[in-house]
Formats: sequence, structure tokens, C-alpha cells
Amino acid sequence: MRQDTIEPPRQSIDRGAMLTAITEGGSGYCATSDLSVSGLQAALDRATTWAEATSAKSVVRFDPQRMPAPRGEYASPGAASSGRSALHDLLAEECRRAKIDDRIVERYAALELVEDERVYLTNTGGEVGQQFRFTLPHASVTANQGVETQTRTLEHAQQGGLEQIERAGFVGCGERLADEALQLLAAPNCPSGRMDLLLMPDQMMLQIHESIGHPLELDRILGDERNYAGTSFVTPDMFGRYRYGSELLNVTYDPTLPHELASYAFDDDGTKAEKVWLIRDGILVAPLGGALSQARAGMPGTANARASGWNRPPIDRMANLNVEPGAASFSEMIASVRRGVLMRTNVSWSIDDSRNKFQFGCEWGELIEDGRRVGVVRNPNYRGVSATFWRSLRMVGNAETFEVHGTLYCGKGEPNQALHCGHAAPACVFSEVDIFGGAE
Amino acid sequence: MKEHFFELADRLARELHAGEVLLLNLSAEHSDFVRFNKGKVRQAGTVEQRALSVHLVRARRHAASTVSIAGNDDDLELARAALSRLRDALTDLPEDPWLLIAEQPRSTSSERRGALAPAEAVVEQAVAAAQGRDLVGFHAGGTIYSGFANSLGQRNWHEADSFNFDWSFHAAPGQAVKSSYAGFDWDRAAFAERIDASAAQLARLATAPRRLEPGEYRAYLAPHALEELIGLLCWGGFSARAHATRQSPLLRMANGNQLSPKVTLAENTAEGVAPGFQSEGFVKPANVTLIANGRLADALVSPRSAKEYGLATNAANGGESPESLDLAPGQLPPGDVLAALDTGLYISNFWYLNFSDRAAGRITGMTRFATFWVEGGRIAAPVDPMRFDDSIYRMLGENLLELTSSRELLFDPSTYEERSTSTARLPGALLRSLRLTL
Repeated sequence: MRQDTIEPPRQSIDRGAMLTAITEGGSGYCATSDLSVSGLQAALDRATTWAEATSAKSVVRFDPQRMPAPRGEYASPGAASSGRSALHDLLAEECRRAKIDDRIVERYAALELVEDERVYLTNTGGEVGQQFRFTLPHASVTANQGVETQTRTLEHAQQGGLEQIERAGFVGCGERLADEALQLLAAPNCPSGRMDLLLMPDQMMLQIHESIGHPLELDRILGDERNYAGTSFVTPDMFGRYRYGSELLNVTYDPTLPHELASYAFDDDGTKAEKVWLIRDGILVAPLGGALSQARAGMPGTANARASGWNRPPIDRMANLNVEPGAASFSEMIASVRRGVLMRTNVSWSIDDSRNKFQFGCEWGELIEDGRRVGVVRNPNYRGVSATFWRSLRMVGNAETFEVHGTLYCGKGEPNQALHCGHAAPACVFSEVDIFGGAE
Repeated sequence: MKEHFFELADRLARELHAGEVLLLNLSAEHSDFVRFNKGKVRQAGTVEQRALSVHLVRARRHAASTVSIAGNDDDLELARAALSRLRDALTDLPEDPWLLIAEQPRSTSSERRGALAPAEAVVEQAVAAAQGRDLVGFHAGGTIYSGFANSLGQRNWHEADSFNFDWSFHAAPGQAVKSSYAGFDWDRAAFAERIDASAAQLARLATAPRRLEPGEYRAYLAPHALEELIGLLCWGGFSARAHATRQSPLLRMANGNQLSPKVTLAENTAEGVAPGFQSEGFVKPANVTLIANGRLADALVSPRSAKEYGLATNAANGGESPESLDLAPGQLPPGDVLAALDTGLYISNFWYLNFSDRAAGRITGMTRFATFWVEGGRIAAPVDPMRFDDSIYRMLGENLLELTSSRELLFDPSTYEERSTSTARLPGALLRSLRLTL
């Protein structure tokens, strides 16, 4: 629903199969949307040709004797969706209620319903069936005055059924986002300087993703992504001893949270998924790497070899990557800040190819002075270096501040793959961060 | 594929009910993909995919359904099932005031046969070329198909054989050179020539890197770096809808700001390789001028925006973003770039750009791959990756000294969902100043 007009609804049924052949030393794949017996046989023949053609040229010697035989299943929580008219009415109502001022120039509300069924089979008897359901509400409201434009968005990314609409706080979001966009339009620019930064969980999502998740991906550490997504400032010798953050930092790969985007029972290489601690009390413990990367690197890892769909091969992805809650209440965190900025909802992200020097911007900022929130500021940005930023973590919010978020379109791999990752975190306070506002 | 798609269209059109209009789009490819790491094969495979989009219109109500098809006789039933679902969906929908489809049939056909090397042969050549070097790269090659058909009799087809080998050679951590070889006819000698050229550039990275402090530096942006900068502007910068809703990153150009008069930018469909038609059946004009001598010119107008804002459509896609960018050349001979730069940064590539203040056209990003410090017109040392944060009105406005007189045609190596057919024909740009921040 956009500007009170329903956009033409779209439905997509994307189905296909990837066949992977492993011969002595080689591996190849062929993906096809032709699911007839002859189509699948042709794909297997092509995959086998690839495996044989690359057997003496691969980065790792593949061994058909090591084929896993996993068995199991998984299903997302939540009920199936129903009632198109009621959903249209819901979107129309939020869109309509966002029109609270003539400076509101665009209003948008949408709902995306996704069902994803994956079957993993091996010739060694492996059979895994996983059914995922995602209910993804989106909303955005934009306000403009002269050459200043501000947007507030709602992005709720979790597994589940229609109950996610309520969990997202979608009802009433139109008016709330519009009000916040107008507040930003009237707000002063974010101040510049080194000061405290209070990141709310929806921006912690991006901070974790870019400056912990990607650097810990084992395929990046092994160099696979150096031509595209990039490498990592983390090297294999750092595991077990490197101080990634302050002692308050505890990070886990956790595929078990029921609603988080990348919860599953097995990854797309058939490895059983279990919770793994990656950073404990600030010390780097383990990387994010699937079975193949673990074998190549001679290191432990996680079940995170994932494919965006049937037409892309699995590679290391970060899946669910979470910061564990700490002890501080939200009010204690606010009270602890002499001068700083609270930021929420990512709007801009940029980081170098080794995932070290970053600059991120948020939609919403609030100035904190002498332990009190004193007003909204617009165009809040901050920059830093991953290798030192997490060491400035000085307060970690308790379970009451903990929220489950995620990103739907993490890009990586050649051929390219856009894939969802879950990130749950409490609110966190960082000291002496380089904060600044927009252009003037 | 072409005959199969058009036959599907004919058969479905015969099954329409009174008052129904059908639009079909096909997006398909047969591609070989090989990725390399450390001069060896990391992953190799083939992807055959065919996505059929069925779009049904009745009484100004419409909806679309995309289904994966197999390329055989089963496809008709899949398409019929989609049509049936769409008939059901239309019963709940109100009229769409912004619906606009092509109603005057304009059929076109473009088929470009290439001389592609078998992917296995590319592997042999790449592995041989990588001997003694740290090559990381990706080869994509095969045939891309796009089709449009409607029940009004229009038929459009675009089919091309093409390849894109995109690679980098790596020296010390953080030091690498990037190169590519893309086109329609694989030439072993031409590939070897490109490999040798990038290996020669790699040799320049042997010197200890120079560490720069934040500040303002004279800079030359090679075409690939400029592509990243202009590519970011394509996030709404040329969209009629973004302009109308005041969300364009070039918002200030609509309020009087200008770029340098040296900047003339166009969507040059005639000289690109993307299909010349879009999903509602409109055929693209040969050329749309987006920026003329530093001033905002025409926006890309999708059929939907045309109806919403009372404009004429220029057959833009739904996202209203360019696919065949063309920046007019300048006066600086490429051989004079280092002399004209004199002392400053030679930047081969930018990476991970985003807006620090979208409405103000302020952009941040990183240098990546071969970036050199130049002194007295000579390359002195590589430079560690640096972050810039600067305004488009400074970079391509008051601080743009000159564009090069020759340009490069850059094929987009992107393969999200499907292989991209976007291109950019760009010169390099000499800047008086670029603001580095970290």
C-alpha cells in the first residue's frame, strides 16, 4: 500500500534443485528448474563433469567417502496466513493514518509472506526436511521541508506466522512513524565529537553483522571472498587469545532462538546446528565456518554453510549471531552518560573490505546530557575501527533490553547470494566514539 | 527458448476470458560459474533457470505471479495454474489508478551470438595464468534470455551470449589489483594480455604502503572508482518517483545546486547490452539525458510513475534506475593522467559506498585494490585503504578538474538472482580535492 493506493500484489513460486557431485578430489554442481527425471539426470551429469574437470585443480581435495548422512527436520513456529482482505485493510489503515501533516510526502506499508521448504538428500541415506515461514511487515514514512528529507521505517524480520504483525508493533505504526519523521525534520543536526554512544538493539543488529559477523566468517579468513565481499582483519592465530572487546562482550552463534531469522536444525551442507560461543568475556574463541571451511582451516566452527536458494551453492554465512544480555537496565545506561547520543534504526552502512574501518548512520538520534535524554537529533552518524571499537563497550543491557532483529539481504559470494541473518542483542553503551551529523 | 516462450504466450492468450489482458515476462539463463582462490578452483558449477512472470489485467485491476518453469511441456500447466491464482486474486482488488501498460504493440528482437570458450577451457587458462600468483576471481559465462509478450500481439526478445571474468591478484594483506575481461567472444590471447597487465600493476605494490592522515588530497578516480560513485547516485538519483517524493540523493539539484558543467550523463540504451524493453511492454528510447552540463535533465519515468505524476513514461524499469550509464568524456588524455595529478592519490577502485547525508548528497566509502600515492607525476607507493566522506557537489562539482578523453565500457559482474546486463561507459576523473576521514 503506497499513498493510499494498493500496489499490484505479487506472488512468486521459485523452485528448483541443485545436484552436487563429489568425485576423488573434485566437486561440481548443477542447478536446474527442470525437475523432471531427465532434467535431474542431466544436471547430475553436468555436476559430475565439473567434479572431474576440477579434481586436480581445487583448493581442497574432496573425498566422496566423507559424505554425511544427516536425518532430521525443522519447522518454523507460527500459523499459516489467511484472509487477504483483512491484510489489505490493515495496510490501508496504517498508510492512511500516516498522513498527519502536509509535509508527509510518502507513506508505504507492506507485508511479505514467505514459505521456504528445503530438502537435503544424499546418496548415503541422508534426508533433512526443513520448512520455514517468515511474516515480514514493512512500513516507511517520509517527511520533507525544502532540501531536508527524513524517513522513519519499521522493518521487522523474524520467522513465524501472522502473530509477527503484533510482535512487530505494526498496528499504529503509520501515525508513530509519521510523527517521528516530523520530529526529525524539526530537530537540530547531530553534534560532532568524541562521546558516548548508546546503540539500541535494531542498530546493534547492523554493528554485530558488519564488525563481528563478517570478520569471523572462516571463508573470508581463508581468502575465498577477497575478490568480492572482502577479507578479514582476523587471522587464524588470533583465536583463543585475541581481545576482541571488553570483558562485557559475549557473542554466540545461536540457531535455537525460536523466532530468529536464521534458526534451523541443519545448515545447507547437512551439518547439525548447535549453539556455539564465539567470543567469551571479550576473548575471541571460534570462527563462523561450516564443515568444509573447518576441514580446510583445521579449526572448529559452526553449522553455517548456507545457500540463498536452490540455484546457489552453500558458503559460510553468519546465520544467527547474537550478543548475550548483560546486567544494566536501560535507565542505568542513560543515567551513566554525561554526554552522548542514543541511536536507533540503521540507514547507512559502509565498512572496509577487511571489516575494520566502518561508518554507520541511523535514522533516529537522541542527545543525552548529564544522564537525561534531552532531545531528538537528525542525521546521526558514527565511525570507528572494529579492532578497537568493541573494547570501548562499557555497559551491556539486561534481558529487558534484549530484542531479536535481523537483516534480509546480506550480500556475499560469487555468484552473488543475498541471504537473511538473525541478530539479537541488548542495548549497549560505547565510550569515546567519533560521532557526527549530516552536511552543512 | 524464444519459440517456447512465444508459444506459451499464444496458448495462454487463447484461454483468456473476455476483458482480460495478459502480459508475460521471461527471465532465463544458462550460466557456468567458476570461482577461484589462490589460483585454484573453489567452486564450479552450472545454473539453468527460467522465471516466467504472468501478469493479468482485468477492468483496471491487476496482479502478477512469477513461477519457475522447466523449459518443457510441463510449463503450460504451471502458467495456467498461475493464471488461475491471479483470477482469484483480482476479485479482492480495487481498480488501480496508476496502471499503465503498452497498448500499441511494438515487437522487437535482438539476438547476439558470441564465441564463448567452454568453461572447462577457461579453468585451464586461468589456473595456468595464476601459476606463481595469488589469483582470486570469478568467471561467469553463458546465455541470457529476456522476453516479453502480451495478449495484444506484442512480442519482444533479447538473447545474448556473454562472459565476465572478474579477478584480483593479491600481494601483502590489503594490497591487491583488480581486473576483468568481459565481452561476447572469448580470445585466449586477449585474456593473457589482461592477465599480464594486471600482473604488471601488481608489481607496483611491492613498495611499502604509505599511510595517510585524514585530510584533503588531490585525487584521480579511475573509471571503476567513478562507477562506484555514480552507481550510488543510481539509488534514486534519476528516479521520477524519488524526485517527486523528495527522496533523491540529488534533491539539492532540484533546488538549484549544480555539478560541474563537464558532467553530462545519459541512460544510453542503444549502446548498452541490457534489453531494450521493460515489463509492461514499453520499448526504451535510444538515449535519455539524465544530467546535461551539470544540471539535472530528464528523470527515468516508469509507466507507474507516469500515471501517478502526470508524466510521459520513457520506459524505465520499475526501480527507475539506469542500466546503461554513459558519462561524456572530457579533455584529459589518459597518458597525461599522472602528470596532471602531479602529487596526490591515484584511486583504481572504491568500495562499499553509502550516504552519510542522503538529502545533501554526502557520500562515504573506502578505497580498495590498487590505490597509489603519486609524487611529481610518478607512482611513489601503494596506500593503505582509506575512508572518504565528501559531497557529490564537491567531488563532481567545484572540485572536478577534468575528465579523461577516453572511456572504458564496464560490464557489471553482479549475479544476484541472475546475471546482470548492466553496463557503464565512463572516463576517469581528476579531482582538486577529496576529503579523507579515517
